[in-house]
Amino acid sequence: MSTGASGAAGSASQDGGSGAASTAERTPLLEMRRVNAHYGAVHALRDVDLSIYQGELVCLLGGNASGKSTTLKTLLGMLTPTSGEVVLDGEVVNDRPISYRVARGITMVPENRRLFKRLTVRENLQLGAYLRKDSDGIAADMEHVYELFPRVKERLGQRAGTLSGGEQQMVAIGRALMSQPRVLLMDEPSMGLAPALVQQNFELISQIHEAGMTVFMVEQNANMALGIADRGWVLQTGRVVLDDTAEALLANPALRTSYLGGGKGASDGSSGADGTAAG
Amino acid sequence: MSLAEPPAAPGPSPSASPGGDGSSDDAPPRPPFAQDWRRIARMGAIGAIGQIFISLSNMPVKLDGRAIIEGVLSLGYLSLVVLPLASGSRVGHQIRREGVPHHRPGAHEIIGGAACGALVGGGLSLLAVLIANFDLREPLVNWSPILADLLGFNRGTAFAVIIWLAIGAAVGAAGGLLRVVPPLARRVLWTMVLTLFGAAVLESLTTDLAEGMGIEGLIEWFYAPRGGLTITGAIALAAGSGVLAFVARGRIKGAKSRIDALEGPARNRANLGLILATAAVLVILPMFAGKLTNELLANVGLFVLLALGLNIVVGLAGILDLGYVAFFAVGSYSAAVLTAATSPKIHPELPWFVALIGVVLLTGLVGLFIGAPVIRMRGDYLAIVTLGFGEIIRLLFLSDWLSGWFGGSQGITNIPGAEIFGLATVAGTDPRSVFYLVLAFCAIAIYVSWRLERSRIGRAWMAVREDETVAEAMGINTVNVKLLAFVVGAVLGSFSGAIFSAKVGSVFPASFLILVSIVILVVVIFGGMGNIVGVVAGSAVLIGVLGGPKQPGLLAEFSEFKLLIYGALLVWMMLARPEGLIPSVRRTRELHQEEMAQDAWLRGQTEDDNGGRDATASTAATSGSTVEAARLAGESA
Repeated sequence: MSTGASGAAGSASQDGGSGAASTAERTPLLEMRRVNAHYGAVHALRDVDLSIYQGELVCLLGGNASGKSTTLKTLLGMLTPTSGEVVLDGEVVNDRPISYRVARGITMVPENRRLFKRLTVRENLQLGAYLRKDSDGIAADMEHVYELFPRVKERLGQRAGTLSGGEQQMVAIGRALMSQPRVLLMDEPSMGLAPALVQQNFELISQIHEAGMTVFMVEQNANMALGIADRGWVLQTGRVVLDDTAEALLANPALRTSYLGGGKGASDGSSGADGTAAG
Repeated sequence: MSLAEPPAAPGPSPSASPGGDGSSDDAPPRPPFAQDWRRIARMGAIGAIGQIFISLSNMPVKLDGRAIIEGVLSLGYLSLVVLPLASGSRVGHQIRREGVPHHRPGAHEIIGGAACGALVGGGLSLLAVLIANFDLREPLVNWSPILADLLGFNRGTAFAVIIWLAIGAAVGAAGGLLRVVPPLARRVLWTMVLTLFGAAVLESLTTDLAEGMGIEGLIEWFYAPRGGLTITGAIALAAGSGVLAFVARGRIKGAKSRIDALEGPARNRANLGLILATAAVLVILPMFAGKLTNELLANVGLFVLLALGLNIVVGLAGILDLGYVAFFAVGSYSAAVLTAATSPKIHPELPWFVALIGVVLLTGLVGLFIGAPVIRMRGDYLAIVTLGFGEIIRLLFLSDWLSGWFGGSQGITNIPGAEIFGLATVAGTDPRSVFYLVLAFCAIAIYVSWRLERSRIGRAWMAVREDETVAEAMGINTVNVKLLAFVVGAVLGSFSGAIFSAKVGSVFPASFLILVSIVILVVVIFGGMGNIVGVVAGSAVLIGVLGGPKQPGLLAEFSEFKLLIYGALLVWMMLARPEGLIPSVRRTRELHQEEMAQDAWLRGQTEDDNGGRDATASTAATSGSTVEAARLAGESA
């Protein structure tokens, strides 16, 4: 996290359609080029193109079984695409294992936080830094997490499962930050949380984004996500159907009709299963 | 006993609600016979069935020979009063949980307990009548006049009917009374009972030790010549332990919490002190102990070593290995082949310590070989496959195909003892030296386990155990990490095997039955998974007292009922104390998470809005797993 300090560049792409032009000259930090992915016979992703630039906060929206989580799994390496390329900082990483990608800066915050509940908060954070060998750097990043989330420091010796939902969310983000990510993949940050906590969670995400972190967020709750994001995509049955800035997407009637289904989407973040089912 | 606990949730009982206070003031006191008789009847019926089962398992007759207090109580009769006592106490406990406002402990508990106990005793009365009138010896081998005589104290069926109703009622009332007396009195009583029981059970051990220390005179005063405590000895012991419990009330707990409260270097010093004291006792004790005690200690040590190895696999990495005996077998056989001159095919006759290197390498290889295909599976499938491999290894040693190497069912005999750098030879004829060798290896295994648990790799194991998918997302190579746990566990098990073959002097395939795997797993679960002290305690209690698969324990009479008792203990443990004898904090947290969430919810009800919100959050955290399950279901569809 100490590396990612160019937050200003990302926010430049916010204003209107000029964003696409200004980012075109730079190489994306993380990219998907015409990716197709399958679960057995199910065609989960169809020719998906995504590019995430340094310092951006972008979101991928979509209803159940639209392929959102599949996209995350493909980016992290839990699923190998059947065709197309996953590109990390100019390098094709299709055949690279998860550990390679994590060591080079992709980290995921899983949905529902999924802390190691019986381990202490400290152990959870240490596990985030599993692939790192620089004990000084790890210690420094621990301090950095405490600065971001002072409540985490008070809970270090406690089992993660005994924390409140809000604290667990902080530990989950802290654990992800411990791997020194360059891009943070957030899987459904609003999933399974009470409305007040969803709000708090999105505030945490903007907070780390403002500190310079590149964030790629997968969400069902379009209004909340677009409220803090720079850009966004809408995925429908494995295909990107909309690709625009956050403001334009919020204003786009196509989003309202096709995905939000008449504006009920704002509060249904905690409903049932998510997009992993992929058809 | 606790088997019969009804599933009704104790949760939000009426007495807990703040509104209950006002109305209960004018509630009339409950007459002592206003009880939940249905529940008492159910409890009594379950107890009676259990007691009849115990009787027909022949336990009372077999154990009658072992006296606890000379002429007063034998283990056999004890086995007949355990259930009335437990169910009486249980009923007394349930009355308290009924949630009747302002319930004062007293007559209710005693009457309920007595009624329940009488029902359980009535089961034995019924059995006595049935035995006298019907002959069911054909399917039930223990349906015998001997049992009838035992039940009737040799005075006939009518006497049996009356006496067991009376004994049941009395013992049940005592069980209910336990719930009435203040906690201090209960603790003193329990200490006295357990001391008497322990002194009787450990008779051979204490006698053996006393002989070593030259205080047989004292022991002869306590123990009767034909076994069991003398009456005067029992009274003295009970009084002594009672006084001790009274004096020490709260102090042991206080000292423990004071040690727990220490931090940093002070804590380390306290721990070091405890460890050194334990080590000193373990080193000095065998010098005074006779053959019998040392043999027992060596057996316990062998199982401690095995259990520590399995604890890494099951407790830390969460891989349910049901074929762990395979590594014990490979360790024993490879040590035998490398050291024995009588080994059929190759016989390099290496010194034991040199052979040990080969043993470690071979077992490690076998661990890799078995682990590689197995480790990619999850959960139930993995358990079944390990079970299969455990048997395959034994059958390979037994097979004609490899009998040229391992002697088939004849095994390998005349294995020399382990020579310790020319200093001493460790063989079964000298159990004390075997114990010291085992002790050394246990110390190494404990140290390794302890270090591993706190290392990067230990954290990775626990992460895989907790949530394999997320562990993978952290960049942990879950396959390699699990394989490593499998191999480390295998190597620890092979140490035990190598010592075993040197101690016994021979190895046969029959020593490596699947039962060994199960016993080791029971030891680990019973002691407390993932906890080193728990595993050691579990071995000491189960192997030391009840005995291992082939090794007799302190209660040699129990060997026939060993598995029955293992099973009962395991069921009881899972119900009453799922975290094990000496739990690790982690397990306790997980297993009681639901209760804690419930508590948090209840507290949230009474607190203000803010407090309530936090509690909702923690409930949401636990309900997350339900959402996850739904997601997985969707994925597989």
